Amino acid sequence: MLLLLLLLLLLLWWCYCSVRFCLDLRSMNLGNGKGSMSAVTTTGVMKSGDAVSDQFPAGLRVLVVDDDPTCLMILEKMLRTCLYEVTKCNRAETALSLLRENKNGFDIVISDVHMPDMDGFKLLEHIGLEMDLPVIMMSADDGKSVVMKGVTHGACDYLIKPVRIEALKNIWQHVVRKKKNEWKDAEQSGSAEEGDRQPKASDEADYSSSANEGSWRNSKKRRDEEEEAEDRDDTSTLKKPRVVWSVELHQQFVAAVDQLGIDNLCNGTFDAWVVGIFVCILSKTTLLPLWSPVFRYSHCLGRCKEVLHAFQIIRVSNVNRYIMTLHFGFIIASIVNSHPTEAVPKKILELMNVPGLTRENVASHLQKYRLYLRRLSGVSQHQNNMNNSFLGSQEATFGTISSISGIDLQTLAVAGQLPAQSLATLQAAGLGRSTAKAGVPMPIMDQRNLFSFENPRVRFGEGQQQHLSSSKPMNLLLGIPTNMEPKQLANLHQSTQSIASLNMRVNASAPQGNPLLMQMPQSQPRGQMLSENTGPRVPRLPSSLGQPNVSNGISNGFLGRNGIAGNNRGPAYNPVPPNSSLLSFPMNQSSEVSVNNSLPLGSTPGISSITTKGSFQEEVTSGIKASGAFPSYDIFNELHHHKSHDWEITNPGLSYSAPHHANPLQGNIDVSPSVLVHQGFSSTQHTGQSRDATLMGKAMFSVGEGSEQDNLQNAVQHLHPLLVDNSVRVKSERIPDASSQTNLFPDHYGQEDLMSALLKQQEGMGPGESEFEFDAYSLDNIPV
Amino acid sequence: MDKVHSHRQVAVIKHSLFDQGYLDEQFIQLEELQDDANPNFVEEIVTLYYRDSSRLISNLDHTLERNPLDFNKLDTIMHQFKGSSSSIGAKKVKAECTLFREYCRTRNGEGCRRSFQQMKKEYAILRKKLETYFQMARQAGPKETAFRPK
Repeated sequence: MLLLLLLLLLLLWWCYCSVRFCLDLRSMNLGNGKGSMSAVTTTGVMKSGDAVSDQFPAGLRVLVVDDDPTCLMILEKMLRTCLYEVTKCNRAETALSLLRENKNGFDIVISDVHMPDMDGFKLLEHIGLEMDLPVIMMSADDGKSVVMKGVTHGACDYLIKPVRIEALKNIWQHVVRKKKNEWKDAEQSGSAEEGDRQPKASDEADYSSSANEGSWRNSKKRRDEEEEAEDRDDTSTLKKPRVVWSVELHQQFVAAVDQLGIDNLCNGTFDAWVVGIFVCILSKTTLLPLWSPVFRYSHCLGRCKEVLHAFQIIRVSNVNRYIMTLHFGFIIASIVNSHPTEAVPKKILELMNVPGLTRENVASHLQKYRLYLRRLSGVSQHQNNMNNSFLGSQEATFGTISSISGIDLQTLAVAGQLPAQSLATLQAAGLGRSTAKAGVPMPIMDQRNLFSFENPRVRFGEGQQQHLSSSKPMNLLLGIPTNMEPKQLANLHQSTQSIASLNMRVNASAPQGNPLLMQMPQSQPRGQMLSENTGPRVPRLPSSLGQPNVSNGISNGFLGRNGIAGNNRGPAYNPVPPNSSLLSFPMNQSSEVSVNNSLPLGSTPGISSITTKGSFQEEVTSGIKASGAFPSYDIFNELHHHKSHDWEITNPGLSYSAPHHANPLQGNIDVSPSVLVHQGFSSTQHTGQSRDATLMGKAMFSVGEGSEQDNLQNAVQHLHPLLVDNSVRVKSERIPDASSQTNLFPDHYGQEDLMSALLKQQEGMGPGESEFEFDAYSLDNIPV
Repeated sequence: MDKVHSHRQVAVIKHSLFDQGYLDEQFIQLEELQDDANPNFVEEIVTLYYRDSSRLISNLDHTLERNPLDFNKLDTIMHQFKGSSSSIGAKKVKAECTLFREYCRTRNGEGCRRSFQQMKKEYAILRKKLETYFQMARQAGPKETAFRPK
């Protein structure tokens, strides 16, 4: 019942977003701004492009930014000769304000790399995040590293000075390409009943190569069967010896996997929530029109971290967007689905029901997906860092909001500062797994996030939502690029990519997804229970869940990740990652990071859930804590999924975070999925994007609170020992422990198993260890 | 006859500029941009270039006088200058800029100074030549069209 309500809410939200997206698209202008461009739902990208003014590319509105007046003048003349409408500025700040004033006033931006007031790449990031216009970089510098930097920062082209007019004659292609992608996104979001179309691949993602924009584009063309038959040539693709996993196809794949009951389904669900929230936020900022569909789904799903990650990926390459979209759909599918069967290629194939697709294709794809998910989890830490950066701007907001009793606001403040540090640390560590260092800041961050979320969460239902829904969160997001260095963004991208891959992998690891899915329903009922408090909010979940398959797909990835470690963790576990993402996202970067750190803690799904409860109770001032736990847990879950890698990551978290840290984190994690969902919503609220999500999150949270409390206490006791033990172990031997622990946890797929494991641990350790108090979050303990 | 002669003179000057390596393809590009709406486009650009680059050159002068040399800053300024110079097709100047940047990269202060002096020389020579060229072109009238040297 709850599930239905949630689906309904999700659907409603999705429709709302779609409408908004369509409107946004309509406002977009291409050259002379032909009306056909606004036909989001009708024409495909090709059509829209064709429908553009016959004079196209004449009239293309170009903004040129270069501090060199000579170059600027030459470029202006050249562009005028190409019959473009040129606006020139010699300062990046001027350009940005011009763009901001008139969001749809330009079609493409050409910018120099070396400028005195602002680095060209920074401007590139800003534009990409705020306006999502194609940006061409240019420089006299033709060094490979610089060009690569342009690519990683999302430039659609790189011109070497001196620029020839021939090079400028074709820049319109970037505009068309981008619009095409946006159209596809619009169409994606336009397909309202994603849930219904789960089996269908409305959005194809060229899963085969994330970086293969070209083929990915082709896949995109194949999307939206319903809308454009001509776009769909899956069949023809499939008939080829080498199957190209278009977005559509992958979505189907993901949906199928989901239906088969992938592990960590619950996680994915919550992740999706987070993501959805994130997406909503981003879409609000018109960061990426392409994101709209993805985000629309995921805002409800609330997988902030994943979203952020996905965002990163998307920023980097078009391909990933679709992957993320698919994953979101997957997550949704996971949520909806509750079949506990295993996702084996044969069954996936059957479910997908795509003619011409062979079992081998599916099997290899599944494998890739699993790897992708694993990879994602690997960079989740970095992502967290990035998230932290992003969230940093929001930290303040949340910090002030959170007034959780027992929570050290100062800690939060400190944690807020941590993001920078952790971020730096993480960055230093590279995309790989930043271990201890990352762990340290992260847990702290997570806690912060937890706290922040708790407070906001509570308020979200009330006034927060307004804040959240306002553009303010968006601004925060927008501000992210400013806060973040290009390197950070790169990391984010990487994290995003990892997330995307992670998602993919998660989907691949069907078994993991199942638990999640299963857990999700479990949590949902619980949520439902609590939803009484929140009332209408809860239904949101279903609707969000019902969001396009894409979301499910993506969330599944997350789910899978989370679920890997411990189906036991189950709901609590799964939701955490997404929630944590969300939480951390708005909260601050640190939270993201900390969330990841908490992953180790969360590795013991059962334990973490228990601890969550325990800590939850200890702090139990509000469900907030539980919310907080989610982020960390979430991250933890994600990490956990990634086998040893995860453990590496998580271990640091465990190691550095004193047992008490771990405990709180774990406790948080354990919060019921509903809570997590709530978290996701909370974060959503923070972002202000999805009110509904917030509602749902809150509903979930309350649900979690209510039901979990009792369990928490018990669980806490159990978890504490285990948690403590884990953390201790982690300290001593990161990786070895991690692996050992990993082994331990994956085995505990059932809550019962986990509990038993915990009990065993408990015997060894004793219940006194449980220090779920959030005081653990105090930064003092964290060896930053 | 006079006009034809003038045009031929202009062409000769331009040819020599290209043959001697003072100008490159980019200059042709600029000339192709010139049209009736902007009959003196190339001259305007060159004037703008010399005005703006003099600022960079004095900046370089100041930075080179410092001790110890800030090679990073030198490289940054020179990068900018190189971009400008390449935009108008100042071939020799651009080559000297590249050499200068290489010296900066190897932290060769003396090499930087030498290269800088050489670059300034080329810069001045090209300026004079272009001035003459534009003067003749203006005198010859608007019949001048872009052509590509062999």
